[in-house]
Amino acid sequence: MNPADLELALGLAALLFVIGLAGMLARRSLVFMLLCAEIMLNAGGFAFIVAGARWGAPDGQVIFIFLLVTAAAEVAVGLALILALSGQGRGRPKGLDADEMRRGGD
Amino acid sequence: MNPVLAVSAAVAVASTVAVVIQRKAVHALLYLIVSFFALAVAMLALGAAFAAALEVVVYAGAILVLFVFVLMMIGVEGPVPSLRAWLFPALLAILLFAELAYALFARPELLEALSVAAPASGAAQVAYAVPAPVPPKAVGLALFGPYAVAAEIAAFLLLSGLVGAYHLGRRDKA
Repeated sequence: MNPADLELALGLAALLFVIGLAGMLARRSLVFMLLCAEIMLNAGGFAFIVAGARWGAPDGQVIFIFLLVTAAAEVAVGLALILALSGQGRGRPKGLDADEMRRGGD
Repeated sequence: MNPVLAVSAAVAVASTVAVVIQRKAVHALLYLIVSFFALAVAMLALGAAFAAALEVVVYAGAILVLFVFVLMMIGVEGPVPSLRAWLFPALLAILLFAELAYALFARPELLEALSVAAPASGAAQVAYAVPAPVPPKAVGLALFGPYAVAAEIAAFLLLSGLVGAYHLGRRDKA
């Protein structure tokens, strides 16, 4: 692997992170903000993989797996929050308390 | 410069920009899946076969499908998009497929993950300018060897995420 490839790959990771950050700052929809968080997490994981490939070490991919787990847990809770906020037949919650959000802010 | 890496990088950037500027969340989601596919091809070109597979199976296949479920529950409004809306996504997907087919059948040396893993000893360790691709076996050995505690903690994190999502989504009886 030649150094130009590594620079290209690291530049790609940085660019994807910046795109995700810009989207996170610019969009106001919760779904889009969660998607942009995914983009940023993924860009970070890609940077880990590039570093692992540079040294021929498995550690980069191991950290990528941990990032994957983190993203999965974050998405599960985040999407549950979005569902609770979107109502689904119940009233809009007022605060960010999990119990109140589930009950629908009565 | 590796052309496979360059093309997939271009596809990834284009589709990620498309994610951010979409108006409808479903379209953004599908562009994000294309972006993750492009990143998976880039990982193949970098020699990380296991991570590439996980990117497709877990990220695009599980996490983003969760997004699709929730978006469908919230409700998708608006008319069916016209045929012209297919042009750009189809172009991106065809580009990805074409480069993957080209690399697989014409120039397999471009995908580092497919090259034979050299034993990491002696000269290979010293000459780190040309590292060998990391096989999935090495990743698994590292994950359940030195990183075993971290793997347990990650399992706890997943469990807590499950409990949290269940608690938020539970409906009280009357």
